[in-house]
Amino acid sequence: MASILAVDDSASMRQMVSFTLKGAGYTVVEAVDGVDALNKAKTQKFDCVVTDVNMPNKDGITLIKDLRALPNYKFIPMLMLTTESGMDKKQAGKAAGATGWIVKPFNPDQLLKTIKKVLG
Amino acid sequence: MSIDMAQFHQVFFEESFEGLDIMETGLLNLDMGDVDAEDINTIFRAAHSIKGGSGTFGFTAVSDFTHVMETLLDEMRDGRRQVTQVAVDVLLGSVDCLKEMLTAIQDEQEVDVASVNEYKKALEVELNGEQANEATTTVEAVVEPTQLTNSAGSGWSIAFSPHTDLLKTGNDPVRMFRELAELGQLTSVVDFQGVPDFYDLDPEDCHLSWNLEVVGDIPSADVDDIFDWVEESCDLAIQSLKQQSDDRHQYVPPVENKTETSTVETKKQAVVDDTESDLDKPKSTKKEPSKPAAKGSSSIRVDTGKIDTLINMVGELVITQSMLSLVGEHFELNKLDQLKNGLSQLERHTRELQESVMNIRMLPISFVFSRFPRLVHDLSTKLDKKIELVMVGENTEVDKTVVELLSDPLVHLVRNSLDHGIEMPADRIAAGKPEMGTITLEAYHRGGNIVIEVRDDGKGLNKEVLMAKAIEKGLIDADANLTDKQAYELIFMAGFSTAEKLTDVSGRGVGMDVVRRNIQSLGGNIEIISELGKGSTIAIHLPLTLAILDGQSIAVGDERFIIPLGAIIESINIKESMVNRVAGKGETFRLRDEYLPIVRMHEIFNVKNAQATKLTDGLVVVVDGQGMRCGLFIDDLLGQQQVVIKSLEANYRKVEGVSGATILGDGSVALILDIPGLVRLSNQ
Repeated sequence: MASILAVDDSASMRQMVSFTLKGAGYTVVEAVDGVDALNKAKTQKFDCVVTDVNMPNKDGITLIKDLRALPNYKFIPMLMLTTESGMDKKQAGKAAGATGWIVKPFNPDQLLKTIKKVLG
Repeated sequence: MSIDMAQFHQVFFEESFEGLDIMETGLLNLDMGDVDAEDINTIFRAAHSIKGGSGTFGFTAVSDFTHVMETLLDEMRDGRRQVTQVAVDVLLGSVDCLKEMLTAIQDEQEVDVASVNEYKKALEVELNGEQANEATTTVEAVVEPTQLTNSAGSGWSIAFSPHTDLLKTGNDPVRMFRELAELGQLTSVVDFQGVPDFYDLDPEDCHLSWNLEVVGDIPSADVDDIFDWVEESCDLAIQSLKQQSDDRHQYVPPVENKTETSTVETKKQAVVDDTESDLDKPKSTKKEPSKPAAKGSSSIRVDTGKIDTLINMVGELVITQSMLSLVGEHFELNKLDQLKNGLSQLERHTRELQESVMNIRMLPISFVFSRFPRLVHDLSTKLDKKIELVMVGENTEVDKTVVELLSDPLVHLVRNSLDHGIEMPADRIAAGKPEMGTITLEAYHRGGNIVIEVRDDGKGLNKEVLMAKAIEKGLIDADANLTDKQAYELIFMAGFSTAEKLTDVSGRGVGMDVVRRNIQSLGGNIEIISELGKGSTIAIHLPLTLAILDGQSIAVGDERFIIPLGAIIESINIKESMVNRVAGKGETFRLRDEYLPIVRMHEIFNVKNAQATKLTDGLVVVVDGQGMRCGLFIDDLLGQQQVVIKSLEANYRKVEGVSGATILGDGSVALILDIPGLVRLSNQ
């Protein structure tokens, strides 16, 4: 089953995402911010990255940009978790190489549906 | 798949309260003249996380509220809006409001909707000026997403030519086609024309384009959704098959924003519908409100380092135990040294284990201190005083129970300093002091105690004023002759600090007598140092922990008592020449230049078979209880040991002169003496 890197500085959101995806059989590794995520992405290749946008240390958009620069992550789907008010971030996210986005608030079913969409 | 979102609620509440603390501290530290963008960003991020979480976990009222805050902060962050004191105050108010909302939700209590709306209004006024109401209505007005369906039901024709870099965003055309195929019958015609010469071909680029037709009764939104992520990375033309055949009129995909709003609205709706939490229907959700206070205080967050130490300690203990059982298995006299070693190791490990367990209960005093910047900020604004709060030793650790019970007395003391201690700026300048007053909160360890000082550089306590007030209230005789220290103590007398000047800052009817009683109930004491015109210091001394005590066991007849080690000054044999008997008032003895009352323990506790009844036969232990001293007359001193305090009150009732009981190594029970109580007894 595919492995997913779930990045969010909020523990509750991280747990929710991770719990949902694990429940659907995915392997999930959690990261607390962009720096943590980048380090983890370098030690293991993930099939998909789901990241929050607003985070300390390294935000989600910079993370996506940095990941895209790594050979292993050139074509990997990367999704941003963003609120409707953060939709102007969408453009920046796309420019950085984001595959798509999931709008907060979302429920576990919406999350799974989107993940299935990108992982086929 | 249904997931019980409630399991994440506790974590959400914890992180939200942390976030609110971050916001509060951040807002208080904002320097109006020179705002650091990163500081605003930190505050913004906290608000943003709370909004995201509350939306996801179904607390829509919280997320709506945070949304307004977030918008305001966002504008500040981008520099579109000036950071003003007014705005900061409104935001601080909102932080309070959120705290209340979250606490209420967590405790399954009703949220005070009226007050929430008031705060929200204030935010909206700050955000939009006077048009606040209009703004709200406009938000409300964007409802009912218009479902753009293809009425003809014939399907869509899609011309899709991706830009070369489409693949590098992780989007895969094949995946998108698969989704389209799920909507209806799909036919695709691929156009190879864009593919370059083999030698010029970059395999990582996308060179193909497609003409697609999907047939069926398909809402346009479904088709838009599929191409939503790639709109900017491709040339896209979506036409209704019917329109195409009818009038060749091209269907233009809906304007970006509109689609966004409609999807968002739908999702919001969904969240509201399938969660039965929060403010929308506060009454229907609860049958019996649970006890609110219990939840917050029953758990404790512990540094993992402390747990590791504990586990190490247990490991050591197990090793010692197995060593001892080895010695005991075939014990011979030549193994005596080994046994002794083992036992002393056991003793050491038990003590260390006990210390590390107690350490787990220790919290940094910053848990209490953290509320003061806000308090000082709010009150000094209210009183038009300029006051700086300095906090020292915030990491000093103290028992969790003490932390919880310390909060109220400290608030009272700080308020007093603000209200009565620090002078108005003009008075300060006139007195040759800096305009800005300083209140210092300091915590440090001394011996087995933690000392917390509230210092101010205000006007100090005035002995004459205090005495005049006490005489007026009939608390002391008009001709009383008090030392400075005794005069300061007056403020602790019941009935001293009530009424007269009931400002809403200090003096809410609770006097310093209550503060002192609270501190004493924690086994501590409180002292005042003051200098007229220079300021006052109020120092609270508290035991580090309330569960274990270093004690000196003493013998009176067959009875054993424990004296808290910290209370003992010295133990002496007294000579007859040192003793003075005052008719009807008991006995005193002279210790150097001081006369101290003697408390005969066997008389007070009615011990029948005391060995020493003549003062010269026994020992006198000089003890100090809250600054007053006396001599306890006992038979003998036994060993020193740590004792676990068991409450007498919980199992029996309060006994004068006794603060608790403990079980000794031999299984017998010893009473722990309440030294301040005994000193009081001796003075009666």
